[in-house]
Formats: sequence, C-alpha cells, structure tokens
Amino acid sequence: MDLLEYQGKQLFSKHGVPVPEGRHAATAADAVAAAEELGYPVVIKAQVQIGGRGKAGGIKLATSRAEAEEHAGAIIGMDIRGFTVHEVWVEQASEIEEEYYAAVVFDRSAKQPMAMLSRMGGMDVEAVAEQDPEAMRMLHVDPLIGFQDFHGRRLAYEAGIAADVIRPVGAMLGKLYDVFVAEDATLVEVNPLLITKAREVVALDAKVTIDDNALYRHPDVAELSDLSAEDPQERMAKERGLTYVKLDGNVGILGNGAGLVMSTLDVVAAAGGRPANFLDAGGGSKAEAITSAVEVILSDEKVSAVLFNIFGGITRCDEVARGLIEAFAQIKPSVPFVVRLDGTNDVEGRELLAQAALPNVHTEATMLGAAQKVVELAG
Amino acid sequence: MAILVDGSTRLVVSGITGREGTFHSLRNRDYGTQVVAGVTPGKGGQDVEGIPVFDTFHAAVSETGANTAMIFVPPRFAADSILEAENAGIALIIAITEGIPAHDELRVYNHLRRGSSRLIGPNCPGILSPGKANVGIIPAQFFKEGNVGLVSRSGTLTYQIGNELAQGGFGNSSIVGIGGDPVPGSSFIDVLELFEADPETELIVMCGEIGGSAEEEAAEYIAASVSKPVVAYIAGFTAPPGKTMGHAGAIVSGSQGTAAAKAEALESRGVRVGRNPTQVAEIAVEILGARV
Repeated sequence: MDLLEYQGKQLFSKHGVPVPEGRHAATAADAVAAAEELGYPVVIKAQVQIGGRGKAGGIKLATSRAEAEEHAGAIIGMDIRGFTVHEVWVEQASEIEEEYYAAVVFDRSAKQPMAMLSRMGGMDVEAVAEQDPEAMRMLHVDPLIGFQDFHGRRLAYEAGIAADVIRPVGAMLGKLYDVFVAEDATLVEVNPLLITKAREVVALDAKVTIDDNALYRHPDVAELSDLSAEDPQERMAKERGLTYVKLDGNVGILGNGAGLVMSTLDVVAAAGGRPANFLDAGGGSKAEAITSAVEVILSDEKVSAVLFNIFGGITRCDEVARGLIEAFAQIKPSVPFVVRLDGTNDVEGRELLAQAALPNVHTEATMLGAAQKVVELAG
Repeated sequence: MAILVDGSTRLVVSGITGREGTFHSLRNRDYGTQVVAGVTPGKGGQDVEGIPVFDTFHAAVSETGANTAMIFVPPRFAADSILEAENAGIALIIAITEGIPAHDELRVYNHLRRGSSRLIGPNCPGILSPGKANVGIIPAQFFKEGNVGLVSRSGTLTYQIGNELAQGGFGNSSIVGIGGDPVPGSSFIDVLELFEADPETELIVMCGEIGGSAEEEAAEYIAASVSKPVVAYIAGFTAPPGKTMGHAGAIVSGSQGTAAAKAEALESRGVRVGRNPTQVAEIAVEILGARV
C-alpha cells in the first residue's frame, strides 16, 4: 500500500521525524483556513501518487490569503498525468539551504534492509545514481541487530554532507529506520531531506509503502485511502476478497494461482489479444467466489470476451463450472466465454458445462487453444 | 533419489488441527509420507486420525523423531512457528502459509541462515518427490516418478508445466515450490545446487516470474556451477510496472524485475527459455528425447 505524502508525514511525526507543520484539506475553503491558521508563507501540495507534481503545477507557494485561494482552487480538481487531485496538504514554507536524499528500502536480493543517503537530493535520484554512482551511499542493516549510530555516521561521512549536520542527519536515518520497522514499511524515502537556514534537518517529502500483509498490525494505516488512485473495479474486487488488477485491454481473464494467471495474460498477448485484467480466483475457490469474480470482470465495460483458464489442484473444476452456470443465471452475460478446465474433477466440470449448454460458452482443451479462441471472439 | 523429501522424511505439521491442516496432512499421509506428529498449543494429547498432537515442537521432536516440519498456521502465527521448529532442531521446514508480513520473513530468514535449518517457502505449495513423499498441497495425481527436477515460484503454474511434461512422457525426481514472497527461505540457487547433486535428475526446469532478481542470480549460478541442462519459463511478460500480480513478490519496480530482463539474463548464459508452458515441455523433449 502506497501512502500519500501527507499520510507518510503523519507517520513520520508519530516517530519523531521532523516535518514542516501542515494541515490536510479536501476543499479550497479548508485549504485557505489551514493557510490562515499556519501563517504565510505556505506551500499547497497536490496529494497524488505520481512524480513531477511540481512541474505539473501541483505545488505552489502562497504568501497571502488571495494567493492561497487562487492556488488551492486551481490545484483541487486538476489532472496530473491521469490522476485527479482530490486533496491537498498545506504546510509552512521552509527556508531551504541544502537538499539531501535519504531512504530505507527493502533489498530483496540481499534480504536485508538498506539505508541510503546522498547529498544530491531534490532531483530524480535514479538519474543521480546513474551519473555519479559515488554520490549515492548505501549500507545494509542486519535486521536482527537494527540500525546503529555507526550506520548513520558512516553514511553521513561517506556521502560527504556538511560537517555541522553529520550527527543530526545520522540520527534522522535512525528515525527513518524506526518508521520502516515499526510501521512494517517496505519503502521509506525522503526527497528532499532538507537542511534549513537554521541548520535544522527536516523531511520535506515522504514516500512510504506499507506491506499489505502486515496491515492487520496497523488498523489506522489500513483505513487510509487514496481517492485519486482507486479504480472502481479494483475497489469492488477488494471488497469481495479477490486479487484483481485492472489492465487496459478487452479480454477478461480469470484463472487460479498468480503464476498461472500471469502466464495466461502472456499467452493471450502472444495470440494478439489485449488482457483487460488479472484476476486470481485463488486456491480452492467455491462456486460463489467464481460468480462474484465474473461480476467484477464484466463490470469493466471494455470487456468483449472472457477466458477461464483453470488448472485444478485444490480448486475443483466442477465448482468452477457451477460458479459459471450460476453467474449466467444471475447476470446473463452478453459476451462470449472460453473455458479451459484441467486438473481435479475436470471431467465432471466439462460435463456440467455441456449439460447446462450455456449460450456463447466455448470449451477448449488446451491453454494455447483457449487463448487463440478468446482472442478471435474478442475482436 | 530425490531431493529434500523422500522415504526418510518424518513429518510434523504445525496447524494440523485446522480444517486445511487436517485435510492436507491426511492427504500427505495417504500418499505415503510418514506424518508422525502435529503441533497445536493447547491440544497436546489429542490425535488427528491417529497422528499424535503435541503442545510444542520440542515435545513432538523428542517423542517422534520428526525431522521435517510443515507450517500450516495463519500468517500472524507463522513466523513464531517456523522459529520454534528451528529451535527444536528440525532440519527442513516447509512453510505453506500465505500472507506472512515481509518484516517477519526478514527476521526469520536472517536468523535461519546463521544456523543449519533449511526453510522452503513461505507462500509455497510444498515439495513432492513422486513415488516417495508429498509434503504440502501439490496435487500428486498429475506427477509420476522420473528424471526432471522442477523448481518454481508458482503453484498452479507448476502443475500446468508438470502436466505438459507428463504428456511428453516425463516424470519428476522432485518438484519444489519456493514460493511467491519477497523473502523466500530458499532461492532458485539453493534448489539448483541440490538437483545438480541428485543422480536421478537429468534435466532441471526452473519456473520464475516477475519481481526481484532471483532469476538473474540463478542465471549466473547456472553458468558457473550447473552441468545439467536447464530449461526456464518466466511468467509476467505483459505485467505493467507498479502493480503487484497476486504474489507479494511479483511486482516490477521501475526497470527492475521485468520478465524480458530475466529471460535475457538466462538466454545470454545458455539457458533456453520457453515462451509458454507448452514450449517448455517441447524443449525438454528435444533435449532428453521423447519418452512416449
């Protein structure tokens, strides 16, 4: 789960990471009220999960009530590369002297957390790392020992940051590591990490990703939402406990098991089709789950044909067939279906489908044959 | 021969008294696996169809000589259960549980790698050595004994490929699901090393997917240390960046972890990569010769 900047900053505050004082607002009137309360100058920042907010006009400085009204009005509702701005964060403007970059990430290859620091912040860090790899310093942290003072000190010295802020920047990294562990984050990134004119260290931005598997330990985080990023089909699938990812094609896809579904998307694409979604009905799906999944797939109006690709292990093919028959009884789909059933109880499943003689349902014996057929039918 | 599980496996199941735990423990026993014990705190002294249940792993090990553990408890209890099994001296721990927090997995992984216990999974279908033992949820009816070693991050995709191989006349030495999580207890490399040393295995099929760099690391290892032919498959060529494709570990971040990059890393080191599961079986047939 990716948090919005202000949600990340609220977590930072909770763990003692200094951030500029700010307020959340969903309307221009609330934004102005927040600005009045904070005192000018303030920065009004669009809350969307996409880079380049500043360039797109989504981050503006306001030095008066009139400017706050103008900017908040312009930002709320604006479109930033496909994301509509529903909310803003209004914060006290900071006096910037230096901009660094700091992060704690989950290094999957080393299977350890990795702390990162660069004195070249405020810009695209991937570009920095490419141009000058030495400018980005990285250090693994043993998760059984945790972040030690020496980690922060070493990174700060090696990154070549200003001598007077070596200790506070090192301490800041330690606090970011605390956020990383305490909140079950897989990414905590601050760009820029600010040194103010008063030589204080402040997190001017916050990019935080929380592990979905750990949300049960963080009910407050689990309740956060991001209206700009939520797709209606994905929300519907989530409410029904289905693993669904919306794509932009017209071939609806249902399979069991993440790997098999990914593979199904690939063979459909190889056959010249464009998948409309990823939907993993999971292991051991019962008929109701299948019916529910068909509803989610068909709620995407672009879908012009649907492929079922099932290899039954724990999942029983007769349950899948029953679910499809029930879906036809309930929602009477108008698009063709191609069904490939293999594995546990496949013979029974195919028999059920043959008996039901559903209109516009085609069965195929192989995964590749089924992919070709559904692409033909989808047009 | 086979790897990891066979006739000498003495299995203890954590979570044996749960509905799924009971079902799969009994299925494993029906297949011929020696299921010697279960662990459920508070239910010590009971039994599941004759399999004795203990309150702790330590009691189960000392009473039954269990040497392999299967973890079937819900995610919030799984890390603790794995660590308890390790503490009780279990050499091989197979974690089926899906949805364990990544930070729990990190702590477990970094602790276990300092000792001698091996972890397979979590979020995996388990290990099947056809004709010998089945530990986990792999539907054994699709597989027979043979000379192809199969290692995979995905469950159902393994069944699909195993079935295609069976139609080409091949059986398997062992099928190992390493799981779809970001911090698997064992990597492709760990399992490739075992297949390389297993005399029964003549060809290895490796089934990867998007996310992370395990396939790229395996490619380097294969070039340096594996003499047996390896055929690979990678799922997720059409997956868009930034979207998690079902498995917690299956996500393309930036330019990292794409299927194309993985296939290229493997092919550039001489590993043939099938573009779909059927083609994987066709390549295997080409290398070993048709057996039908």
